[in-house]
Amino acid sequence: MNVDAQQSPNAELSLGDVSPQILQFDTSILLKCGMELPEYSITYETYGELNREKTNAVLICHALNASHHVAGTYDGDEKTRGWWDNMVGPGKPVDTNRFFVVSVNNLGGCHGSTGPASINPKTGQPWGSTFPVVTVEDWVEVQARLATRLGIEAFAAVMGGSLGGMQALQWTIDQADRVKHAIVVAAAPKLSAQNIAFNEVARTAITSDPDFYGGDYYAHNVVPRRGLKVARMIGHITYLSDDAMDAKFGRNLREEVLKFNFDTEFQVESYLRYQGDKFADIFDANTYLRITKALDYFDPAAACDGDLIATLAKSKSKYLVVSFTSDWRFSPERSREIVEALVDNNLDVSYAEIESPHGHDAFLMDDVVYHNLVRAYFDRIAAEVAYDD
Amino acid sequence: MIREGATVLDLGCGDGALLAHLKQACGVSGYGVEKDDQKVLSSVKNGINVIQADLEQGLSGFADGAFDYVVLSLTLQTVHETETIIQEMLRVGKEVIVTFPNFGFWRHRVQIFFGKTPVSKELPYQWYNTPNVHVLTISDFEIFCDTHAVRILEKIILNEQGTRVNVRPNLFGALAIYRFNRRGL
Repeated sequence: MNVDAQQSPNAELSLGDVSPQILQFDTSILLKCGMELPEYSITYETYGELNREKTNAVLICHALNASHHVAGTYDGDEKTRGWWDNMVGPGKPVDTNRFFVVSVNNLGGCHGSTGPASINPKTGQPWGSTFPVVTVEDWVEVQARLATRLGIEAFAAVMGGSLGGMQALQWTIDQADRVKHAIVVAAAPKLSAQNIAFNEVARTAITSDPDFYGGDYYAHNVVPRRGLKVARMIGHITYLSDDAMDAKFGRNLREEVLKFNFDTEFQVESYLRYQGDKFADIFDANTYLRITKALDYFDPAAACDGDLIATLAKSKSKYLVVSFTSDWRFSPERSREIVEALVDNNLDVSYAEIESPHGHDAFLMDDVVYHNLVRAYFDRIAAEVAYDD
Repeated sequence: MIREGATVLDLGCGDGALLAHLKQACGVSGYGVEKDDQKVLSSVKNGINVIQADLEQGLSGFADGAFDYVVLSLTLQTVHETETIIQEMLRVGKEVIVTFPNFGFWRHRVQIFFGKTPVSKELPYQWYNTPNVHVLTISDFEIFCDTHAVRILEKIILNEQGTRVNVRPNLFGALAIYRFNRRGL
């Protein structure tokens, strides 16, 4: 996911400064991998007000390389504007004047929640390679625990794009009584071999960096920058469509003549290197490894012998599923698999296939058809919340 | 024509008004299928389940016999793959309901007699901007049913005022409503 893809938001409709909060959890969590974490802390943000009945809470789940910082800014700095600011805020499709929005940095993350760079209390050293491989199910469990701590019995909606959409879908399976609506954008019911292959290339780039030290690079005061950079570059290509890249860069050169060497010559090379460098500055390689694994492992139907219809039979939620025509990472066909399984269960679902040239990143874009649809759907949710009151 | 509490798939559901009405009046549940972005949005606003898809691509996302009724309202004359779509509707629905403007309606016949392509309340387009590609008469449709193993369960023919026509329906009927299933079931 390309956090820079969003267009400049309408400042008047944006949240101003926001600040993250941290909650410490002292009850252990048994992770899907079998390991038990005795304690952990979770960084999160909230926007808007929780109503008296606590029925207007919306959880936003982040994807591969985003965080809990969905909307607003830190200390008035425009550069710190949240990754889904065009979607979430006062008067936005997910309107913080009506909804209490919660967003969480997932367990294993590198934006404040307990993750591989955190100190393992048993050893006094960073977890590094010993930090467990976490899953979407684990994240949903942690998010549910956070909701309990915030006094939220059930979310009016859980929403996310890409891997975030997968979390929204998992919520309706694991926490069926605690989620009224799921908004599943640009997601898939599981990864394809090609998706896993791209993730493996990214992981190999990281683990083969000499500065990786088997994941324990913190002790050496280095980070596997080169590996992380390549991982980001390959990921980035999969977020864009061929057409979008062509429109943005074509075969444009930085200088007018070919130099017959390996400098950065084409604009697209320059862009990818810039994105890679920027990412390597802010993201933890161990987190990247684990999040790509969580993607690969995501397959809720596996618990029902691959039967997604049977998997979703326990859901009590209503759904909005959205895909984008030029998204080849999680194509419309993948979203339709989800929709078909929901229809086979007679669950309430609406599905839109948004015409967009922007590839997977379209879910972060300020597209009027897409945003109007999400807005209309949240109007429906708001009406139900008001009715509950 | 539609049972209380039935499940309905409304193909070409437009703004979802029909499903919204059926939901409220007969407690039906189901989905609309619509291709157009704006109509999908209107359907969401109308509180119905809408699935964006092109009917001409078939109904492969829906299981056999998944719905009590599959409805195709005032859309039959606009589809290209008419035979495929009717077969698909018969596969997905236990029963099918279609409505279409009767090309054999006397007003249309008069206009053709005077050498004009018919324009009416039911066929409100000019020849150059009409979405209709397969206009048909009541008589045409019944021959189709006969030759395509379709069993007609109920038909209602209405005039322009919306009252039932019992005499010479193919001449005095402006709108035809048919409920049918597969013969031999």
